[in-house]
Amino acid sequence: MQHEPQLTAELFQPVADNSMETEKIVRPSISYWADVWRRLKMNKLAMVGLFLIVGLVVMAIIGPMISGYTYHGIDFKAKNLRWSAEHWFGTDTSGRDLFTRAWYGARISLFIGVMAALIDFVIGVIYGGISGFKGGRVDNIMMRIAEVLYGVPYLLMVILLMVVMGQGLWTIIIAMTLTGWIPMARLVRGQVLQLKEQEYVQAALALGASTGWILRKHIIPNTMGPILVNITLTVPTAIFAEATLSFLGLGVPAPQASWGTMANDALVSLLVGNTYQLFIPGFLISLAMFAFNVFGDGLRDALDPRMRK
Amino acid sequence: MEKILEVRDLHVTFHTYAGEVQAVRGVNFEVGKGEAIGIVGESGCGKSVTAQSILKLLPQPPVQYKQGSILFNGQDLLKKSEKEMEKVRGKEISMIFQDPMTSLNPTMTVGKQIAEGLTKHHKMSAAAAHKRAVELLEMVGIPQPERRVNQYPHEFSGGMRQRAMIAIALACQPQLLIADEPTTALDVTIQAQILELMKELQKKLGTSIILITHDLGVVADMCERVIVMYAGKVVESGTVDEIFYNPQHPYTKGLLRSVPRLDQNRNEPLTPIYGTPPDLLKPPAGCGYAARCESAMRVCQLYDPKLDMVRSNHQSACWLHHPLAQGKTGS
Amino acid sequence: MLRFTLKRLGWALLTLWMVITLTFVLMHSIPGNPFAKEGKMPPGVFENLMRYYHLDEPLYVQYGLYLKSLLQFDFGPSIKSSTLTVNDYIREGFPVSLHLGLQALIIGVTLGIIFGVFAALYHNRYPDYLSMVLAIIGLSVPNFILATVFINYVAVEWGLLPPAQWGTWKHTILPSLALAAMPMAFTARLMRSSMLEVLSQDYVKTAKAKGIAKSMVILKHTIRNAILPIVTVLGVIATNLVTGSFVIEHIFGIPGMGEMFVKGIFNRDYPVILGSTVFYSAVLIFLTFVIDVLYTWIDPRIKVTGGE
Repeated sequence: MQHEPQLTAELFQPVADNSMETEKIVRPSISYWADVWRRLKMNKLAMVGLFLIVGLVVMAIIGPMISGYTYHGIDFKAKNLRWSAEHWFGTDTSGRDLFTRAWYGARISLFIGVMAALIDFVIGVIYGGISGFKGGRVDNIMMRIAEVLYGVPYLLMVILLMVVMGQGLWTIIIAMTLTGWIPMARLVRGQVLQLKEQEYVQAALALGASTGWILRKHIIPNTMGPILVNITLTVPTAIFAEATLSFLGLGVPAPQASWGTMANDALVSLLVGNTYQLFIPGFLISLAMFAFNVFGDGLRDALDPRMRK
Repeated sequence: MEKILEVRDLHVTFHTYAGEVQAVRGVNFEVGKGEAIGIVGESGCGKSVTAQSILKLLPQPPVQYKQGSILFNGQDLLKKSEKEMEKVRGKEISMIFQDPMTSLNPTMTVGKQIAEGLTKHHKMSAAAAHKRAVELLEMVGIPQPERRVNQYPHEFSGGMRQRAMIAIALACQPQLLIADEPTTALDVTIQAQILELMKELQKKLGTSIILITHDLGVVADMCERVIVMYAGKVVESGTVDEIFYNPQHPYTKGLLRSVPRLDQNRNEPLTPIYGTPPDLLKPPAGCGYAARCESAMRVCQLYDPKLDMVRSNHQSACWLHHPLAQGKTGS
Repeated sequence: MLRFTLKRLGWALLTLWMVITLTFVLMHSIPGNPFAKEGKMPPGVFENLMRYYHLDEPLYVQYGLYLKSLLQFDFGPSIKSSTLTVNDYIREGFPVSLHLGLQALIIGVTLGIIFGVFAALYHNRYPDYLSMVLAIIGLSVPNFILATVFINYVAVEWGLLPPAQWGTWKHTILPSLALAAMPMAFTARLMRSSMLEVLSQDYVKTAKAKGIAKSMVILKHTIRNAILPIVTVLGVIATNLVTGSFVIEHIFGIPGMGEMFVKGIFNRDYPVILGSTVFYSAVLIFLTFVIDVLYTWIDPRIKVTGGE
């Protein structure tokens, strides 16, 4: 304990005014999204993910242009080469430059992933939003339909659709989104239903807030979080589904290349010991899946204000 | 009176990302055999942390017991190992929590949850423990105990769950029962029933009770002595009559003024205590209440007052009791 | 309880009917008739197709007869063989696939639970980080990469296990490990968050306050309750294992149902693709139904209210 203080009568004078000092809010108020970003920045793994995503996107844009080769140019004199100054990632069984193909494949794979996620998002938000807002019978019927569709095994249906529709970049995306939108619709509907009942929304209604105001100030900010996370996590699922489809011979048609078709091509040459041809697309798929997964996880944690310290 | 529990200069801190929160900052009190004491204070004042520290229920880390001692029948609980603590918990000291909806395991029958302690501490067979569980349910006033014993918590109402919690807590006839806001989550009518039950059982079994609450009415009803906590410290303690009819600390006075009373003039407004408690990440150097106190003096902001004996059965920590401040009492 | 079961069964049957109808519609929307008599069809195949699909009848009759044969567990013929039917493929391939799938399921879920529990108990400490890094890798690395890495190193370079084919238990290890990676990662993450949630519950504190030893509290009060959500995702895991088996069986040359399905796709053997899709869907939908009903048995909270 501290030593006995020197007490003087002067110390026992009343303090003039200290009434409201404690009512001051100590921490500066920052907007919700600024706060999310601040928390996201503290999550190192999520930042690594974001950095990798940006890196992959940049390389997908400039990668195919900087090596001097085209993704489809066949050179039978330069088959199955290891990496060199000539061919930075080596060449494949047809003598195509793997560096160019890897980043061209990144374009296709990322495009499929992002497009599938975005289309799922649009359909899901519309369907789920209507279902949640209307409520009652409409909601009941719409959700029953979604529930039955959701019971249909996803990848099986995608495979079947691909078999029927034939190979192609857009058919992959269409096949994926035909059943892929349901989780998003259920998420949005659940969020809307839940929020409609929240006391702060009711309170805002009671205070005379307009529907537009409630949508802008309460519903959208509060539903955007889980939806964003869902979008982020749909991308790796779609990339993985694309790889599996390619593996079944249902990927984008040659000479186009995605990471999945590159991996599939490489499997053939694996028997002759060209491991690196599989390693490159395999590593890139893993990297992209890793990046989107950790970024999505980080985003989910950052968006949860209950974690606020 | 024979003391069964003595808490001496207890300091408890929490490690958080923001820094070290000093939740309890030197708390002293004792509990006599068969005595019921109340600890009151607003949320965040450290009363729950103090209570849970007695059983060392708080996870370490983030919690750290910085200094002090908790003597139970002369033995320091803070020095006991986790294994030794297991023999104390439930057997010597047991605890009831605030929310009966969440403090029972939803996937285990109520009977099994009561029997658990019995098989552990009294080495009872499963059949004997089951029989005892039925008796205990009957004791806490649950009708049809034979049927109820095999039910799951969700089949019980809130009040019945709290009765079941009391049965669990009293199963091994502990010497001390810590009740952490046992009635806060219940309806007012149920609150009265639960308090009545606790009083009755205390008389019957002679258990000492520490009742933690922010509800002064509950304390008046149950306890012989009251400890008032504020910002991690004891600011006043004394018998129920002393605290209620002769409060010394401005915080206690404020608390009493903010509660409606039957003998009060209907037109007399209730006076709230303005402001909020200090941030215990950076506790103030002086009295924790100074910033909200109407009679605050310079000294209050600089130095922390110690608990002074006001009367033989009444202590208060306030600079207003200092000889230099005499006559300056504002309220 | 019975009402709930019947209701769930109704939904399962409705979903299955949807799948069957969808496959029927898709089959008839393939540009050009997939069953048209082609030169390369082995003799007798066209007759099989006619007998099964009744292509000479009007569409609604075809649909009715198609439903009827499915009800009799007849999944149709194959284009590539006049004697083998999808039923033969199922009879030969499904036991193999089931063996592989169950083994992967047990390995994946068990390891996942163990990793998840450890991660939660050592929250924000090294075992947690290690488990979660493993889980992220399991989620990120596609199974065909994992499979080829296993074959290349464990089997070919180090010669520890056979690289391909099916037969002894040694043959089953690499494929089931490659197949188990995703369920393991999935379970580990779910188990971790579920454990963390339960660990913060008041009743865990109650149990501790009773003087129950820490290990018993974890075993009886925490893991038991935290495992419940795992049961609900078993359906998702099973679906994942089915699609995973297409890839894994193909890479390892395992004569399972998945490999036959993949061959069917490569050969554009439409009746086989359709028959297998219906069969797989039926199995998965039935499994989901069983899991739904099972869950209400395990979790006493749902029993009385009847779910939903």
